[in-house]
Amino acid sequence: MLGALVNNYHVQDLSLIDYAATYRIQKECVERVIAGGAQTLLLCEHLPVITLGRLAKEANVLSREAIASKGIRIISVDRGGDVTLHSPGQLVVYPILRLENFKKDLRWYLHQLEQVAIDLLMTFGIVADRIPGKTGVWVDGEKIASIGIGVKKWVAFHGLAINVCTDLEVFDLIKPCGLDIRMTSMTRLKGEPVDMGGVKERLVECFSRGFGLKSEIRV
Amino acid sequence: MSFVTLPDLGEGIERAIVACWYFKEGDVVEEGEDILEVVTDKAVFNVPSITGGVLRKVLVKDGQEARIGEALGEIRETN
Repeated sequence: MLGALVNNYHVQDLSLIDYAATYRIQKECVERVIAGGAQTLLLCEHLPVITLGRLAKEANVLSREAIASKGIRIISVDRGGDVTLHSPGQLVVYPILRLENFKKDLRWYLHQLEQVAIDLLMTFGIVADRIPGKTGVWVDGEKIASIGIGVKKWVAFHGLAINVCTDLEVFDLIKPCGLDIRMTSMTRLKGEPVDMGGVKERLVECFSRGFGLKSEIRV
Repeated sequence: MSFVTLPDLGEGIERAIVACWYFKEGDVVEEGEDILEVVTDKAVFNVPSITGGVLRKVLVKDGQEARIGEALGEIRETN
């Protein structure tokens, strides 16, 4: 019975939501999981926002004027990594997981998140891979998924952002992850619209399989 | 006297950068309370204090790098 409880996790779809609101929800989930509550997977899309990880360099935000004129906010956050951009059409995945249940190993966890994205993309016929030394998921040298995490009392938060049908032009406003790279999306690679709802469903399947967990959908 | 050390963060991770201390020297911290934040390439990790007491000295300051197991700060325990 205890095994069943440990292996279950809640899935909560927050739809299109402001970054700050999601951050508050994440933090509440983290405290709940630390206190012994159910592990949770938050899914959402964010209104346009640029976030700066703890290692972000100011120079990687390319045009503050253009960003301000588009009404895009810039927020410093407690995750690893450099600068990134969230925008509608990008599936953002925040697993609030107790790493003690798996492995107290940050690299292992980042690797697992990459694998979930790789497995998800494969179900759409997109062959993605890792690039050694550059955390994230790539297709032919272009980045399709970005990863950055935070950990408190060995409970992980923040997570993974996968470009489903994101407007890729907005990435011109920053130097994503501080690298000279091109971003890509599932829609661009497939050459046809990709349904966000279908991506979420398959993501949950791949996540459950990857971490050996059983999902429980919460509305 | 106790020391807050940089915990083992997993295989292949030898170092981390101190991102910020949540407390300053002279502050009282509780056992298990997050006392500072360290950062590796893609992860931010909150380091808890292993004991309650007064943060007597910060040994590795914000922005400096530390090795796994290295003492980051010194805590004088309260009885």
